[in-house]
Amino acid sequence: MESSGNILFCGVGGQGILLASELTAYALLASGMDAKKSEVHGMAQRGGSVEAHLRYGKKVYSPLIEPGTADLLLAFEIMEALRYLPYLHKGSKVIVNTQRILPPAVATGKAAYPENILEELSERGLEVIPVNGYGIAKQAGNVKAANVALVGALSSLLPIPQETFIEVIKERVPARFLEVNLTVFREGRKAGRA
Amino acid sequence: MTKPATSLENLWLSGNEALAMGAKEAAVTVASGYPGTPSTEILENLSRYEGVYTEWAPNEKVGLEVAIGASFAGARALATMKHVGLNVAADPLFTASYTGVRGGLVIVVADDPSMHSSQNEQDSRNYADAAKLPMLEPSDPGEAKEFLKIAYDISEEFDTPVLLKSCTRVAHVKGIVVPGEIAVSKVKIGIEKAPAKFVMLPGNARQRRLAVAARQDRLGEFAETFAENKIEWGDKKRGFITAGVSYLYVKEAFPEASVLKLGLVNPLPEKMIRELADGVEELIVVEELDPYLETRIKAMGIDCRGKELIPAIGELSTAVVRKAVSGEAGPVEFAPVELIPRPPNMCAGCPHRGLFYNLNRLKVFVSGDIGCYTLGFLPPLSAMDSCVCMGASIGIAHGMSKALGEAGKGKVVSVIGDSTFIHSGLNSLINTVYNKDNATIIILDNRITAMTGHQPNPASGSTLMGEPANSIDFEELCRAVGVKHVRTVNPHEIEEIYKVLKEEIDRDEVSVVITRFPCVLVPEEKKRVKYPFFTDTDECTGCTACLKLGCPAIQWEPLTPEEAEAQGRKKSQKGVARIDEVTCVGCGQCLPLCKFEAINKGEEK
Ligand SMILES: Cc1ncc(C[n+]2csc(CCOP(=O)(O)OP(=O)(O)O)c2C)c(N)n1
Ligand code: SF4
Ligand code: SF4
Repeated sequence: MESSGNILFCGVGGQGILLASELTAYALLASGMDAKKSEVHGMAQRGGSVEAHLRYGKKVYSPLIEPGTADLLLAFEIMEALRYLPYLHKGSKVIVNTQRILPPAVATGKAAYPENILEELSERGLEVIPVNGYGIAKQAGNVKAANVALVGALSSLLPIPQETFIEVIKERVPARFLEVNLTVFREGRKAGRA
Repeated sequence: MTKPATSLENLWLSGNEALAMGAKEAAVTVASGYPGTPSTEILENLSRYEGVYTEWAPNEKVGLEVAIGASFAGARALATMKHVGLNVAADPLFTASYTGVRGGLVIVVADDPSMHSSQNEQDSRNYADAAKLPMLEPSDPGEAKEFLKIAYDISEEFDTPVLLKSCTRVAHVKGIVVPGEIAVSKVKIGIEKAPAKFVMLPGNARQRRLAVAARQDRLGEFAETFAENKIEWGDKKRGFITAGVSYLYVKEAFPEASVLKLGLVNPLPEKMIRELADGVEELIVVEELDPYLETRIKAMGIDCRGKELIPAIGELSTAVVRKAVSGEAGPVEFAPVELIPRPPNMCAGCPHRGLFYNLNRLKVFVSGDIGCYTLGFLPPLSAMDSCVCMGASIGIAHGMSKALGEAGKGKVVSVIGDSTFIHSGLNSLINTVYNKDNATIIILDNRITAMTGHQPNPASGSTLMGEPANSIDFEELCRAVGVKHVRTVNPHEIEEIYKVLKEEIDRDEVSVVITRFPCVLVPEEKKRVKYPFFTDTDECTGCTACLKLGCPAIQWEPLTPEEAEAQGRKKSQKGVARIDEVTCVGCGQCLPLCKFEAINKGEEK
């Protein structure tokens, strides 16, 4: 597989970003990579923007992705995808969960939610992969599993066997949610390939 | 706790998980501290290991004193805190430096450069110098665990408390950690009297001051041979001196350069520093925040560059270091796009919201404090006018009141969370009563320390180790210190709080108002059956009264004049407010705000 890479996860506090980045990291580790992940806790979690940096390779020093070097962006919210633009390069792929979460200024009618974000991204030559994580998870019977749908989509872009991801999910997701999560993962993977 | 990585015997842990494991492997048996990002999860994780006593203290000073006591009794002891917590614990710290230890004593302090979750950024290394204590600085989770174990050996060998400096990019970074053996301390647990060492009267303290000086000399020699201070020779053109996370950025930006990585940042290995300086053409010191190493290296008469290149504000990164040193900007291809910011917000149904809604209506000066409720500063609540440090709200309001005299009557209130009040607000309340103020103090009792991730505190009724415990009776406590007027209200009852606040603010004596309702994220509240509210949007006139709460469950849906007309509304109606029933927890705060009966109580969810 690619000997190293940078995956940036972003979204809004409470969307399950940390679990998604964790599952991805364990799949990388299981493939014999070194991996470091950095995230910010505290104030940032009360509904604010959240990011997690995941870097892998033979040996990883810095836990932070430099601007212009994220190979993959997994955005859990549409507008957040655009916020992290400076981290991307021309060859970056962007998986976007097609969900809108209104920031306070929009929710209180003080500003309008920006339109055409996906176009803004693809106009810049980026490969954009929209995934309806919420829809997939709802269909499978648990809206809370939307984050795993996105991991599914991401898995199709990483040169790691699907089985490795499935093993990791089996190990880390509580038994009673396992079936739903596996279904959601597989559907997400299909969506990522479409 | 995180389980082992799938195909590795090694673990993949956060710095805080690794520090907890390090404490266990170092045979720590007593640990105390106060929550504070990014240090909190150390004790939370340690509390899950068998055979270690862990507790949340009311503040960092108490936490450190508990650890000092455990050390005096011969146990290996740990105190944890965030950088500003070390200011609170500084008093025992400086004198524990004189008493030294019996069982190993380590203080883990976690800095937060760039202030991700803090009110200031400060460089804790300055404390090591000021208190004359050794300090270790790991650069990642794997090192954090090893360095903590080493810290206990240093502590017992050199009879000294040891500081270990963490930071956001160690504490909340996950990396590979190799489990190790459990150490054995040579010190026996038991009472051993040593008054000349432990009673810091001037006569004894003068003797101990000399012992500290001798210890510093011995530690200076130790630093020269300490295995975690090491020169990695590379290209001789450029040499770097660095420590902690800065080392990682240097390695990535300049993999070919020679580097002296310091594991011990106090005292410094002068000979080693000279060796590197003599061996390279150009010497650069890369460190986050203050020119701590740089100043000391320059004082050795060694020529180097540091803060003239490297920023002294905020976190560093590979890109920042590369640009600062070589002038090369990174490969940035896309400029940022101007977007609506997404600041944090109190949760839907947060009990604090009802109070701040009313403080906004009352137009008083709100002397604030630190916790989730500090978010009351943000619009639309916009009801906090100052916030300095934990526990400061009451003293600041008292100072304002004394300065303003008659003109300030009924114009200033203080707000303080339950955990913050216990941390350091009580002394100020005593002062306010004693020195005759007529202040109104509001204690926001949500039963938990919410901001840092819901740690139990002395009002919660349970301990860190999950045992039932006494729950402070705030009403009795306030009466006991001389407050005659103590009233308790449910902050979800918007109209009731307004009435109570008005009466108490107008009162010519000290009064305390306690707003009591559990945080929506405590387990009992999460489990409670909820009846979310819903909006009958036909009735909504778009008056926006409910939006003034800023509840994230209430969302504005704009309408064009045509849309409004087509829906049979006035053409001038700009939109409707809709409650998102998935997010709403049915706190009921918004109900009385709607004069058109558009908001209704719904079915169980
Ligand atoms: C000296 C110091 N220690 C710790 C912290 C970290 N901290 C910020 S807010 C907070 C707790 C607030 O709890 P509480 O007062 O109960 O308010 P809540 O968040 O529950 O609303 C802590 C521990 C700090 N800022 N300063
Ligand atoms: S965590 Fe609790 S106290 Fe903090 S904003 Fe949410 S409901 Fe309020
Ligand atoms: S009842 Fe009203 S204020 Fe309370 S959570 Fe629901 S929408 Fe928000």
